[in-house]
Amino acid sequence: MSGLSALFYKELLRFWKVVVQTVVAPVVTALLYLLIFSHVLEAHVEVYPGVSYSSFLVPGLVMMSMLQNAFANSSSSLIQSKMQGNIVFVLLPPLSYLEFFLAYLGAAILRGLVVGLGVWGVTLWFATLQMPHPGWLLAYGLLACAIMGALGILAGIWAEKYDQLAAFQNFLILPLTFLSGVFYSIHSLPPFWQAVSHANPVFYLIDGFRYAFVGHSDSDPWLGLLVAGACFVAISAITLALLRSGYKLRH
Amino acid sequence: MSQAIPAIHVSGLCKRFHTTQALDGVSLEIQQGEFFGLLGPNGAGKTTLISILAGLTRADSGHAAIMGHDVVRDYRQSRRALGVVPQELVYDPFFNVRETLHIQSGYFGLKRNEGWIDEVMHHLDLTQHADKNTQRLSGGMKRRLLVAQALVHKPPVIVLDEPTAGVDVDLRRSLWEFISRLNREGHTILLTTHYLEEAQALCGRIAMLKSGRVVALDATRNLLKLTNEHCAQLRLDSEGVPDAWQKRLQRDPDGSWRLNFSEYSDLETLLADLRAADTRVLEMRLQEPDLEDVFTDIMKRA
Repeated sequence: MSGLSALFYKELLRFWKVVVQTVVAPVVTALLYLLIFSHVLEAHVEVYPGVSYSSFLVPGLVMMSMLQNAFANSSSSLIQSKMQGNIVFVLLPPLSYLEFFLAYLGAAILRGLVVGLGVWGVTLWFATLQMPHPGWLLAYGLLACAIMGALGILAGIWAEKYDQLAAFQNFLILPLTFLSGVFYSIHSLPPFWQAVSHANPVFYLIDGFRYAFVGHSDSDPWLGLLVAGACFVAISAITLALLRSGYKLRH
Repeated sequence: MSQAIPAIHVSGLCKRFHTTQALDGVSLEIQQGEFFGLLGPNGAGKTTLISILAGLTRADSGHAAIMGHDVVRDYRQSRRALGVVPQELVYDPFFNVRETLHIQSGYFGLKRNEGWIDEVMHHLDLTQHADKNTQRLSGGMKRRLLVAQALVHKPPVIVLDEPTAGVDVDLRRSLWEFISRLNREGHTILLTTHYLEEAQALCGRIAMLKSGRVVALDATRNLLKLTNEHCAQLRLDSEGVPDAWQKRLQRDPDGSWRLNFSEYSDLETLLADLRAADTRVLEMRLQEPDLEDVFTDIMKRA
């Protein structure tokens, strides 16, 4: 195998060995959100005509789980390797910075997709979705995991301690995902917060992904794809530049 | 040998960390097949030098090459030629011994390397621990796994950064037997250690670093010639020694006398004077100069 596939395999094996924590737990968390919110809101909220609240919520939950887990995979792997010093095993071999990036990114995408499928699978009991636009589903799913996987690499390289990574997660990733319309349509917000939401790239990911399932969206899915694509390119470019310079990895 | 490409070539390496000049113009050439020792006190720059060879640290100026491959420009070839046993006892707690070696081998692009992995595990006494999670290995076993990881791609050049720090006697001995065998089979070994007797016994040539500079570089036997300080320890049957020797001899706490000398004729004269004074020698021990004396001397002067 090439160095890239070995590193990719190592990253897969790493999360697969703790599958309860990396896949089962987020699926259970998403299921809890679904049970609670749909129980409380099912009878009161109809975001789009003819779409039940559960059917509205499920795509958002699937996407949120994918985002959080893709980020967690690359960022926690890197910070753990750095803290324990075993990052040296990856730095000594003849791996290029691009191979390094692609391996961590690939594993993050796969973890995101596995968790997303898991969430979708268990929610089938509660809401059967039509999925009129499978192409959008695939595009948004992959792009979302890729953005968060790359951001996870960036955060993992930057953070020197676990609490720095936790800060990144709690003060950036979590607010961006929670305030992106997972649980509500941004059209229900006052105009100011609607404008703020439009500045949040995660909003486009959730909105576009939901469009694939329910055929309704708050904004044009093409615009969302453009925003998401630009985000991925920008984050990847920064991460690759840092990896190339050896930032915080090679002194 | 002099025609061959040097295993390690370093010229004018400088590296500064904030206010510390870790390396200050280091130049070295280590030929293929050598067992080379890199000595120096803590902070002398040994680990920085190794890190630059391994590509973990980038030099501010100067060049380094492994088997003729520049460590920056041709990093793929240079890293393929180099196996590094890091100083820190690091391991990845997600995997067992066999997985660790299989993955490490994969990083070097090696397919179907199981035969060699089995052989390395066998020589390092890891076979019966192959399926054990690395977290459950003792310190000595973790150290051996690090050595195995460094050898998994059969590198011609092997760097060991203080491999025996905190390692028990048995493991130290078996480790050196294995490393010496690799050296006999043609691998070049670069070793840093604080145990000077190890360096003296194993290394054909030695470089000493101090404050980022090479302060001595020679064959071990030539370095040993730099000091003439022999020492004789004598136990006598009388309490006193002849007056002429009162100042030269030192009394040890156990009652014996010690003579430091550079010429054996000094010892002959002492023995003759003792006989003349009718003093019998009950026991005599001679200590040859060792690397520690040379090291201490050189570090003091440098």
